[in-house]
Amino acid sequence: MSLVNFTTREITCKIVYYGPGRSGKTTNLQYIYGRVPEARRGRMVSLATQSDRTLFFDFLPIDLGSISGFTTRFQLYTVPGQVYYNATRKLVLQGADGVVFVGDSQARRYDDNVESLQNLQENLLAQGVDIRQLPVVFQYNKQDLPRDLILSPAELDDALNFRGVRSYGADCLHGHGVFETLKGISELVLQRLAAGSPAA
Amino acid sequence: MSTQLSPQLRFDGFVVGAANRLAATAARTVAESPGTGYNPLFIYARPGLGKTHLLMAIGHAAQAINPALSVEYVTLDDFVEAFHTAVGAGQGDAYRRRFAESDILLLDDVQFVTHRRETQAELLRLVDQMQASGRQIVLTSDRPPADIEAFDERLLRRVAGGLVIDIAAPDYETRVAILRRKAEERQVVFLPGVLEAVATLALDSVRELLGALNRLIAFQSVGNAPLDAEQARVVLGVRAMASDVPAAPSVTSPDPEPEAVVDEFGEFLSEVAETLTRQVEGWRRRVEEAVARWDGQGYQTARLTRLLDRSVDGDPAETLSAFVADVETLQALQAEAGVLAADLAADPVFRDPDGVAAAEAFLARAQEGASPPPPPDGIWLFEHLVESEGNKVALRSAHAAATRPGLAYNPLVIVGGAGVGKTHLLHAVGNLLLASPGAVVACLNAQDFTEELIEAIARDRIAPWRARYRRVHALLLDDVQLLANRERTQEELYLLFNHLVERGAQLVFTASAEPGEIDGFEERLASRLAGGLVVHLPAPEREVRQVVIERLLGARYERVDAELASFLASRPAESVRAVQALVQRIEAAADARHCEPDVALAREVLEGAPPRAPRPAAGVRTSGVAAGGFRSPEKGVWEWPDLGERLIEEWR
Repeated sequence: MSLVNFTTREITCKIVYYGPGRSGKTTNLQYIYGRVPEARRGRMVSLATQSDRTLFFDFLPIDLGSISGFTTRFQLYTVPGQVYYNATRKLVLQGADGVVFVGDSQARRYDDNVESLQNLQENLLAQGVDIRQLPVVFQYNKQDLPRDLILSPAELDDALNFRGVRSYGADCLHGHGVFETLKGISELVLQRLAAGSPAA
Repeated sequence: MSTQLSPQLRFDGFVVGAANRLAATAARTVAESPGTGYNPLFIYARPGLGKTHLLMAIGHAAQAINPALSVEYVTLDDFVEAFHTAVGAGQGDAYRRRFAESDILLLDDVQFVTHRRETQAELLRLVDQMQASGRQIVLTSDRPPADIEAFDERLLRRVAGGLVIDIAAPDYETRVAILRRKAEERQVVFLPGVLEAVATLALDSVRELLGALNRLIAFQSVGNAPLDAEQARVVLGVRAMASDVPAAPSVTSPDPEPEAVVDEFGEFLSEVAETLTRQVEGWRRRVEEAVARWDGQGYQTARLTRLLDRSVDGDPAETLSAFVADVETLQALQAEAGVLAADLAADPVFRDPDGVAAAEAFLARAQEGASPPPPPDGIWLFEHLVESEGNKVALRSAHAAATRPGLAYNPLVIVGGAGVGKTHLLHAVGNLLLASPGAVVACLNAQDFTEELIEAIARDRIAPWRARYRRVHALLLDDVQLLANRERTQEELYLLFNHLVERGAQLVFTASAEPGEIDGFEERLASRLAGGLVVHLPAPEREVRQVVIERLLGARYERVDAELASFLASRPAESVRAVQALVQRIEAAADARHCEPDVALAREVLEGAPPRAPRPAAGVRTSGVAAGGFRSPEKGVWEWPDLGERLIEEWR
């Protein structure tokens, strides 16, 4: 999928929410879904297990209307976080224009975050995409939990965000940081238009 | 620490209305003559009405008038912080000097001086010092000096001694003017009545007004149609008049969620729209720059303009590079046309990148001309020429010119009388030149050259006519003396000559006389012809005549009578043409007698010898000499006076 199609005058941004299981990727999408006017959102497709774990992926299309003559759409995806769904993650990751890495701020999930980030790098690399060339932002979810249970955004930046890309503390359940994150990744993705290098 | 003056905040961006006219005038006065008018100048106004704008505008204007002026802009908070830092570092004096010695000190947000006694004391000292040295100080505050809590009485008096002036909220007209100017700056067009509707809202500060405008721009950019006044009010109603207008605008779709929720998505939408617009504007600007560039160079830019009008599909980058490639193709074609003729290169066809094919066709037509230039006649070959001592130089020079065109002798001018073989030699050179692959050789008579030019003038086809000859690799012009007094043809030949010589094309001319001796031949052309090699082709010598005669007889009869050939060759002839005429006479006589020619017949025909067959013996006289009266050639009369002289002689 290409980010910008000059022939049809369409801009489609595929943004994938990536991260360890239970970090809050689906919660991000659900919050966004609840805030997007009905006329501008498509049906949110969510394939979940009985215990509400994401089985395949979540998909939320948002139509932003015509901006500067371009019909602009956002497609938000989540990947199943569980380690054993890697094939699905690879599939969803294909053609992503940007990635939101949703980290779990809980200190006990530190290793899961690191493992998921490594998995993201590997899967991108397998598709010939260098993570350094792809717009990525970090979101550290569950910052509303007691301080002694979680790592601060600065600590998580030290552990995960060694490239110093944009990062956001968040409490997705209540919506804090959700749109900030979406705005951040959108800006990075759309800035690539100027470079004239549509994402593959 | 001082802050850099914001480059946007200048007087020309400050909309002046009734509410701020006095403040603006005072600010301009201060900028134009700092330290002499109102000192200190104290401007107060509610936030968002333009205090900082005026303050920085003073700095810009003063520096524009006198770049040597030192201007310090600082907010009171920064002033205090910097003072504390300086004192802590033992640099208090240096700090004081820095401000006291500046030509203009612009101090913003003075209201924060409240309860800061030390700062007030420092400020008092500074004002005194600057006033004493004729330096300007301008202060701003969100309230009048008297309303600043715990403001030092002495400072208050100093300020009151200068000019204290306020900026009121802009009136309706000023608000409309501000909105229009900002919309214009942002290159956004609103439907009539929209900005006027915004100006009627209860937004007292300019900052709020601009916030409202930003919101309108964002919503209009994502909508399918421009906002009308009612929609604009609804859009702004979410923020400015939430209690009055509960519904969200139609462009964002009514949403049952609480207002804060709508805002969250709305803000996201605004930001995305802004980012996207900025990016799209990026390439649009590139396209506009390209339009300006190529349009400035005279190229048609309809293709790029269509791109801006959004009516053309395709990646703008691809379209741009394709356009540039087409322009380069046109430039190459134009350069090629320029080689042919300067006026061809100026044709508008080379300015339309959408018409590359037309330009190519135009050039092809120009190169071809109406028809290809006339080539040399194939029957005249170099090997048919007979070299002799007399013509050796001419022949060898011609051969060299033909085998090393443009390098050996250029131009080569062959001079000779009528019928000596100049035309043969010229065409022979042409045929040799034609042997080179792709060679275009024009070989024609000067009279034909003139006729062609006349026709080209008549049909307004001068440029193609020129092009026809300018592309040749060799121009061979016969009987160039026929151009005498043909001024226009000579001029064209002169231009063509220069062009071809410059291109290294070979030029060969034949003439009946040396170029400088031809009457009516322009000196500039004659000198150019004479500047090459001028060779003479003499009357054919005996051995040449012998070969010519043998060839002529051999072409007609199976056996060539060597004695006859020798006899005929021994007879004087000024030209090959005369030799040919001689042979033809003999052949005609032989034909009349149904026999093959021999010496006897030749003698009889040429010298009047008696026929071998019975024929009338008397009564036939030729100019008083009895036919057959002399057997010896020595007794014959070989050169008869011309008819006029003979008639005069007989009449006497």
